[in-house]
Amino acid sequence: MILKRLGVSVFVLLAVSLLVFVFTLMLPGDPAQAILGQQATPERLAALREQLHLNDPWYTRYLTWLGGLFTGNLGTSAATGGSVNALLASKLSASMVLLVISAVVAIPVGLLLGTWSAMRRGRASDQTLTGFSLVLAALPEFVIGVVLTTLLSTTVFKLLPSVTMAAPGMRVWDYPLQLILPSLTLILVVVPYMIRMTRTTMIDVLDSGYVEMARLKGLPERQVIFKHALPHAIGPVAQVVAMQLAWLAGGIVVVEFLFRYPGLGQAMVDAVNNRDVQVVQALSMLIAAFYVVVNLIADVIGILANPKLRTETRS
Amino acid sequence: MRRSEQKARDRVRGTAVPRATVDTAITASHLSLGVTGGDLILDDVSFRLRPGRILALVGESGSGKTTAALACMNHLRAGLELRGGTVELQEGASRFHRDAVDLLTLPEAKMRRLRGGTIAYVPQDPALSLNGSLRVGEQIAEVLRAHEFGRNAHERDDRVAEVLSEVGLPSDREYQRRFPHQLSGGQQQRIGIAMAFACRPAVIILDEPTTGLDVATQDLVLKTIYQLTTKHDVAGLYITHDLAVVARVANDVAVMLHGRIVEDGPAERLLRRPEHPYTRALLDAVPDMQGARDMGGGPAVSPVAAVRAPWDRGRAAPGQMAASASGTPAGTADDAAATTGTGHPENGAAVRERGAGGVVGTGRQDAPVVRLRDLRMAYGSAVILDGINLDLEAGQTTMLLGESGSGKTTLSRSVAGLNDGYTGDVLLDGEVLAPSTRRRSNEQRRRIQYVFQSPFSSLNPRRSIGDSLQVPLQMSGDLSREQRRAAVADALDAVRLGRSYIDRRPGELSGGERQRAAVARALVNAPSVLVCDEITSALDVSVQASVIELLRELQHERGLAMLFVTHNIALARHISHRLAVLERGTLVDYGPTDSVLRNPRHEYTRSLLRHVPTLEEAG
Repeated sequence: MILKRLGVSVFVLLAVSLLVFVFTLMLPGDPAQAILGQQATPERLAALREQLHLNDPWYTRYLTWLGGLFTGNLGTSAATGGSVNALLASKLSASMVLLVISAVVAIPVGLLLGTWSAMRRGRASDQTLTGFSLVLAALPEFVIGVVLTTLLSTTVFKLLPSVTMAAPGMRVWDYPLQLILPSLTLILVVVPYMIRMTRTTMIDVLDSGYVEMARLKGLPERQVIFKHALPHAIGPVAQVVAMQLAWLAGGIVVVEFLFRYPGLGQAMVDAVNNRDVQVVQALSMLIAAFYVVVNLIADVIGILANPKLRTETRS
Repeated sequence: MRRSEQKARDRVRGTAVPRATVDTAITASHLSLGVTGGDLILDDVSFRLRPGRILALVGESGSGKTTAALACMNHLRAGLELRGGTVELQEGASRFHRDAVDLLTLPEAKMRRLRGGTIAYVPQDPALSLNGSLRVGEQIAEVLRAHEFGRNAHERDDRVAEVLSEVGLPSDREYQRRFPHQLSGGQQQRIGIAMAFACRPAVIILDEPTTGLDVATQDLVLKTIYQLTTKHDVAGLYITHDLAVVARVANDVAVMLHGRIVEDGPAERLLRRPEHPYTRALLDAVPDMQGARDMGGGPAVSPVAAVRAPWDRGRAAPGQMAASASGTPAGTADDAAATTGTGHPENGAAVRERGAGGVVGTGRQDAPVVRLRDLRMAYGSAVILDGINLDLEAGQTTMLLGESGSGKTTLSRSVAGLNDGYTGDVLLDGEVLAPSTRRRSNEQRRRIQYVFQSPFSSLNPRRSIGDSLQVPLQMSGDLSREQRRAAVADALDAVRLGRSYIDRRPGELSGGERQRAAVARALVNAPSVLVCDEITSALDVSVQASVIELLRELQHERGLAMLFVTHNIALARHISHRLAVLERGTLVDYGPTDSVLRNPRHEYTRSLLRHVPTLEEAG
């Protein structure tokens, strides 16, 4: 079961790589021209094209590129002339820091509040939380970001920096305060969905026959929730968490732009502006891989949490 | 009568350790419960549970049986509130409470200690109530731990193994490590029973624990329950709508109607000399194997709808209107029910004769309408049907009997053309039919109609009954709108619903009414063959009887050939002329119903017949 799922993931990634390659190929513009600028002589352009293998048929170029992906060589950036790896390494780590902080805070908060809300269904606290999360879920991330900036770093309280200061050679986490606003924005965007979905799932589970049975068996309420109810919610909730994390990977583009955070989102915007094909390809593949991996993990968790699916793998 | 006295004496002498020193475990008095701010569900309900005896709480769905039972555990489902009454746990009944106590006023923490330990519950559907993500051994062990049974983990492990063997399951480690989905339905239900008996409770509440099990498994489960309650002197409360099951396990019976207990008493007395007309109607609705009681008395009435009339104040039953519309005074049916209910032997004989006469009268002796020739079907290596030959004749019913998975439904769907994967031939009037309905002609489709198992899912909830019913007419006929509506109204009259139902939606109808509407849909374009796929299994016992009665009359009037798929032998016996027994895709017994039931040739048929619970066991 898990192996089959893994095979599907690999296939999806290959399909995505082909799509990404074909679409970037169709983009107008000539990478050699982009690197050398408008004043380049035809001879130099031809030489560079030869060097970049631009004259080879597309499938050879695809295979070379794919081979590069597997060996960790993402190609050469047209804008800087340097390797894409070096260009993205620092941005990737900066974005990962943001992602990990957001996920580490958002997942437990979302699940706990969702479960709590489900257990207090219909009471005032549940209704307040549900209403509040609906409002937050309805707001786009840039609105949340702007509101937070206004509240915490400008007129109301002047506590946090509103933009990221990243001098060359300096890493974002050298100055941790500047991570708070972007992470908080991301957290506030994903947590409401997690609360709402966890609540719905838990309500279904709490209404089930086996939870009623557990209560009629005289088990302590703690045990009813943690041993009988929660395991059944894990699978569906893992899917929601995965969707939200995958969203984070894309949503980070807007948030990073807003806070001028030097991460992958910034790199993406720059690369598109500069027609830096190799970087766009690499970034697309990175984000696609993140989606696939996160969903794969959610599926595996779902399989492991469900004995019915789990035991199927054995027989 | 003598046999049951013997039984009672055995029970007293029994091998059990005399544990309970009290003669009552739980007394529920004047229990009233309602929907929060709304209608009453239980109205002044009182009963007493005594050690070593089982009280059966009998009634139809919605009569408040489960609510009453759960109130004994002080467990109210969401949206219900207590209006009054007490549930008293008697002194000495529990090791946690030496003193008598009213469970309904007990604080939650103390109540929790009693649930599962002193008062245990066996749920209706183990598939929903066992936790799919926990191993079955652990699900039993955790009850023991929660109630601190035994001195240490070792003793508790021993108890798990012991209780598993008490319910007739393997007790080894490997079995305990299985998950619920790795067990059959019957095994799951016995795990549920083991869970309940694990702590040696004083009271056990069984909520229709055999619904959904086939007869052989039901038999085994009932035996287990009976043995365990008597052996360990447990007070039992058994909820059911099936009086045949009551006859098998219960010592006392309380009959519930609309949240009130209308009659109670010792099982023997109540089953033999019922006093309340509703009890009589329920008893009358229980089919019996001997065919000694004709169901519902005379022709042309829907018996239960009519009989219910005198006391059914709770609901303005639409069925009642239909019954009076069909022109039979309610009193006649009531009388008929009263006389047949007591089941005098000479009366039974007369009825049997009448039934036999009917067979000869309606059976037309021409060629079969439908013939099945060497029908085969397999999914990969799994053989579903293995060379079936079967004839359906006009005016005759063939009962197709078999346990779940025997291929009954596949066979009936093949006849109707809903399953085109078979090989072999289905012939209609000598003409070979295409396997799929799509390739059959309009006329062929019209002549074979199908009634589905569940009336709750076979009618589109968004369409009115009239709209649903005229679909077959639109497909095959070129009738005008008015003609179609008239035909639908006639069909509704024919199934004794009445034409006033034409603009209602399925949601407004009860289960029995919906099934009637579904039958009307099958009849609306005058078919010659009716395939009924377990059409009574989703219905209450008394409603089942009325639907069967209806089919019998319709067959009589129209000379329909019917294929009646069921696993309820006792019920279908009343309308079937021929009986076909299917075991794993093969017809193992086939012939006139009476002769097959009297002299079953195949061991499988004999075992099916042995396990059918009947009222006769009360004596």
